[in-house]
Amino acid sequence: MEPVRVVRQTRASRVFAVFAVPGLAALVALPWWGDAGWMRLIAEMAYYLALAQLWNLLAGYAGLVSVGQQAFVGLGGYALFYLTGPLNMNVYLGLLLAGPFAGLMAIPVSFAVFRLSGAYFAIGTWVVSEVFSQSASLISVLGAGSGMSLTPAILRQISIDRDIRDTILYLMSLAISVFVSAIVYLLLRSRHGLALTAIRDSEPASASLGVNTFRTKFIIYIATAACTGLIGGLIFLQKLRISPEAGFNINDWTVVVIFMVVIGGIGTIEGPFIGMLIFIVLRELLADYGTYYLILLGVIAIVVMLKAPSGIWGWVVQRYNLQLFPVSRRLALAPADGAAKP
Amino acid sequence: MNWINILIQGGLLGGFYALFAIGLSMSFGIMRLVNIAHGDLIVLAAYVALVVTENTGLDPFLSLIIVVPLMFVLGYALQRGLLNFTLSGGLLPPLLVTFGISIIIQNGLLQAFGAYDHRLQEGAIETASMQLPGGLSVGLYPLLVFAVAVLAIAGLQLLFYRTRLGRAFRAVSDDADTAELMGIDNRKLFALALGIAMVFTAIAGALFGVRTIFSPSAGPIRLILAFEAVIIGGLGNMWGTLIGGVALGLAQALGAAVNPTWQILAGHLAFLVILIIRPSGLFPRTRD
Repeated sequence: MEPVRVVRQTRASRVFAVFAVPGLAALVALPWWGDAGWMRLIAEMAYYLALAQLWNLLAGYAGLVSVGQQAFVGLGGYALFYLTGPLNMNVYLGLLLAGPFAGLMAIPVSFAVFRLSGAYFAIGTWVVSEVFSQSASLISVLGAGSGMSLTPAILRQISIDRDIRDTILYLMSLAISVFVSAIVYLLLRSRHGLALTAIRDSEPASASLGVNTFRTKFIIYIATAACTGLIGGLIFLQKLRISPEAGFNINDWTVVVIFMVVIGGIGTIEGPFIGMLIFIVLRELLADYGTYYLILLGVIAIVVMLKAPSGIWGWVVQRYNLQLFPVSRRLALAPADGAAKP
Repeated sequence: MNWINILIQGGLLGGFYALFAIGLSMSFGIMRLVNIAHGDLIVLAAYVALVVTENTGLDPFLSLIIVVPLMFVLGYALQRGLLNFTLSGGLLPPLLVTFGISIIIQNGLLQAFGAYDHRLQEGAIETASMQLPGGLSVGLYPLLVFAVAVLAIAGLQLLFYRTRLGRAFRAVSDDADTAELMGIDNRKLFALALGIAMVFTAIAGALFGVRTIFSPSAGPIRLILAFEAVIIGGLGNMWGTLIGGVALGLAQALGAAVNPTWQILAGHLAFLVILIIRPSGLFPRTRD
């Protein structure tokens, strides 16, 4: 009898890896061959991709349909502004602490919202975000309703030269995006990923097979909050200003992110990437026509949800069985020493 | 005496929140539809009333003769043509589709009317007040809104418990699959339910537009307030929704009495505390 082996790589994933490495290298080198406009756009794409990966992990895998992730974007942003401004902390240290701060705040939040499920959980997370937003607008040291700005002195800590500063901020956005995507990828390949995929497919079934669903969800919730806070710190480091309305904005930091994930394909790693690209391309193409791109995005999201609920990537997988990020396990009949046949 | 005044103002404010919440309470209670666009539909109704009053010279209250049928048809069509297809696959499809509708309404209004603040003019009643013994003064308009909310809920209770249609609504609310086996056409019934819900959304929109300035982005906070009233009161319980609205209004009034800027925050915190203590609200009638 032929030995059965567990195979993870696919031919598509190997081809993808071959192209991904030089592609990423070209993006890292962008400051030396692209202009400032491109750098700004790609930095934005990078943090939107990271936000989308995180929401996908939360809702697509752990089944936690939160509409309150803007809470952690805002908390991370405010943490950075408060630590570097009133507390005079170094900007890199402030940014590094923004993530853990958001993660720490997510612990008491989880005690409240984890008592709820389904629609109540979703609305609960939103109300929690509103509580943070309202609180920020009442605290005078945070600039109350009008918010805070980063002083030029703080920016000079990064670099005195503006071009160098832009390059560093750009590379940090890219790094965070790669870091978050790598965490999601490695997590999904690990035992915990198997547990998460099981929860995605059926929560009662995974619980009955010994998956500790509560603990898994709790860890995912806290970890995504921390990563979201870090991204929030970086976003507002680039925007230079934060206000309760901008920091805790549900449309900017959660709704469009949900649209990206659903359009691209929820419950896949590739989906958020495709959804993010569609969002950015639509916005840039329709930049001269006000907010029509958002209307169009809403229409596309509705159509995808009703006609192809597994999203664009889900459709591709069904049709062509492609997988660029090999997170699933397949059994193959192959000699143990040779390479697996796809 | 000051405290009695605060409680009265807060209670009357609760009538407003209950009115916001009736449509949501219906669609959530009957179809389990989490209608994220509910707040934007209230604002849309206010804009429709604005267009009607500007073009016909009717006052906002009378404009409801036109706004109510329009919103009923919109609700019926929305449920029949779109939302019915979202109800079989868990939480995400209705959530996402109504988020889409919300974004479309917000940005559609933004493109059509701009980001300016608008207001409906109803004349003297907006500011009229009534003197009560003991030096208390109650605004006539909040009183009127509270009365409308009570009448609307009483009317809906009659519909639910005294008519064939109401019995069908309660049946699909309890168990949609079994109701279908008993010969109820769920799709039609759901469309009718959202149509009726939108009648109250239209009334809420016009009354809201008279009381407060509104802009295209005014929807989401109305949605949250409405949701808080529905959830505090308990799923499927219309009088509970009224009590939820009043509880929210009281919490806000008490918060505002301590410091005017704490009003909204106090309401949210009260909601979260109630939700943590009783996750299914105070007086739930059906189970989620």
